[in-house]
Amino acid sequence: MTTEALATPPVSARGLLARAFAGRSGPLAVVILAIIVLWYAGAVWLNAPVLIDGYERRDVDWSFSQLAGDAMAMERPILPAPHQVVAELDKTILGTSITSKRSLVYHAWVTLSSTLLGFVMGTLLGIVLAVGIVHVKTLDRSLLPWVIASQTIPILAIAPMIIVVLGNIGFTGLVPKALISMYLCFFPVTIGMVKGLRAPDPLQRDLMRTYSASTNQVFWKLRWPSSLPFLFASLKVAIAISLVGAIVGELPTGAQAGIGARLLVGSYYGQTVQIWAALLTAAAMAGLLVAAMGGLERLVNRRMGVRA
Amino acid sequence: MALEAVMRQSEAAAAPETGTGKPVIQVEDLSLTFETADGPVYALSEVKLTIDEGDFVSFIGPSGCGKTTLLRVIADLERQTAGRISVNGVTPEEARLKRAYGYVFQAPALYPWRTVERNVMLPLEIMGMSAAERKERAARYLDLVNLKGFEKKFPWQLSGGMQQRVSIARALCFEPDLLLMDEPFGALDEITRDHLNEQLLRLWERTGKTVVFVTHSIPEAVFLSSKIVVMSPRPGRIIDVIDCKLPRDRTLDIRESQAFAEIAHRVREGLRAGHSYDD
Repeated sequence: MTTEALATPPVSARGLLARAFAGRSGPLAVVILAIIVLWYAGAVWLNAPVLIDGYERRDVDWSFSQLAGDAMAMERPILPAPHQVVAELDKTILGTSITSKRSLVYHAWVTLSSTLLGFVMGTLLGIVLAVGIVHVKTLDRSLLPWVIASQTIPILAIAPMIIVVLGNIGFTGLVPKALISMYLCFFPVTIGMVKGLRAPDPLQRDLMRTYSASTNQVFWKLRWPSSLPFLFASLKVAIAISLVGAIVGELPTGAQAGIGARLLVGSYYGQTVQIWAALLTAAAMAGLLVAAMGGLERLVNRRMGVRA
Repeated sequence: MALEAVMRQSEAAAAPETGTGKPVIQVEDLSLTFETADGPVYALSEVKLTIDEGDFVSFIGPSGCGKTTLLRVIADLERQTAGRISVNGVTPEEARLKRAYGYVFQAPALYPWRTVERNVMLPLEIMGMSAAERKERAARYLDLVNLKGFEKKFPWQLSGGMQQRVSIARALCFEPDLLLMDEPFGALDEITRDHLNEQLLRLWERTGKTVVFVTHSIPEAVFLSSKIVVMSPRPGRIIDVIDCKLPRDRTLDIRESQAFAEIAHRVREGLRAGHSYDD
């Protein structure tokens, strides 16, 4: 009896559901569904006062279903409904040539290029500072407080200054934005790498000493490989805030191009649908960039024999 | 009183020749004091010792007797605060810079991101050996410690005993004449330990290297050594040096013999004398 039952397991909807919830897809679907439902509810709730005002001024009788329908189809809603944002994304990503200034892909690329340039510069700066702090006693005592102080200045306050000053000496477009990204993202790299480069335990360092290894050899054969887990943790934070830096850097430039420009133009003209589309694009970019770092980390981990 | 007797005995014991004669390590009135927040700690006090070429010398004693510290001074991982020490006729620092010794730590201290083979190659890379030579040596010394076929494994894929064997291969592969071992088998189970002890003894017999070995196991010290240095804590000092004239090609069975028991007894007496002095 039991063996028969085992031999032919019943494939039911319930079994599928159980399997989905054993993994990640089930819970994820529930969370996404909940967000969409809340979003629709919020759209109706937030847009309702304006609509009701309008109905009353025009002396129109209205029902809730009419209100809900209208709330999800406004041209300049307080909070656009998800499908409106999706339609906008479809129009500006798939429906527009990517060379057009109306294409979100074009704007995303503008932002991405300065994000990546700033990220690379910030990472290099962060590593160089960490190497200095770990190897030079004077830097260890003097540099770290300044590094920390640099991050207490609100980036929104300093970004326009950087743009104006650099614009005055002939740097416009990519470089000033990348510098703002660099300013934000060198910090986690420095902090992570100082810790990472100091991670080797006394035994591992003693071993190098018994071989009379040079400082250079100790760095490349011990400190650097020990620091990589810390580096990747920092890089994931750094690339996300590098994107934030690039967007912030696009706000004071007069908003010519980029995700930041889309946000600014959208808010000038009350184009909330456009703002949300740009926001979602930025979020998706951040997700992809962090995931790319995660992929790179797994690749490096596999080469370094990290236990899966 | 008991200590005096032991001390007199040790002077007599220090005289006879072991090894092949030429002194490799000479220690004279060596002291080392660590300054800590709770006041000075006398890790080593007026230590006098000569280790000859080809000797297998064990330092034995309870925790805190300075045996590891003495080994670390020889390796230039610590500096003495008083007294003189020479390794191969020069200071420990000069000896270290000439890569005179291979050091095996209590833990394997393998680099987890390197394969077994690349861990063994680490000193060879640092010493600037060619890739072909590195490969050949790693293979030879992994074979010597019976780890052929594990070249491409990462350390976590090996048992503790295997990892310690890798670290021994790593200490041997650049062919130093002096091998310093700090309780290398302390963390291993007894069966693995016996096995590695026998392998180490065969290796010593075959290569004629000078070995300085720290342990707190009496049977291990007696089984391996040609000379046993008994140490005592607070302050860390040498209380007896015992010659161990068992044949070099001894096997584990020798532990059942009368000669073995006698030497073990004398080591135990020395340890007890040091201890009663402390109380």
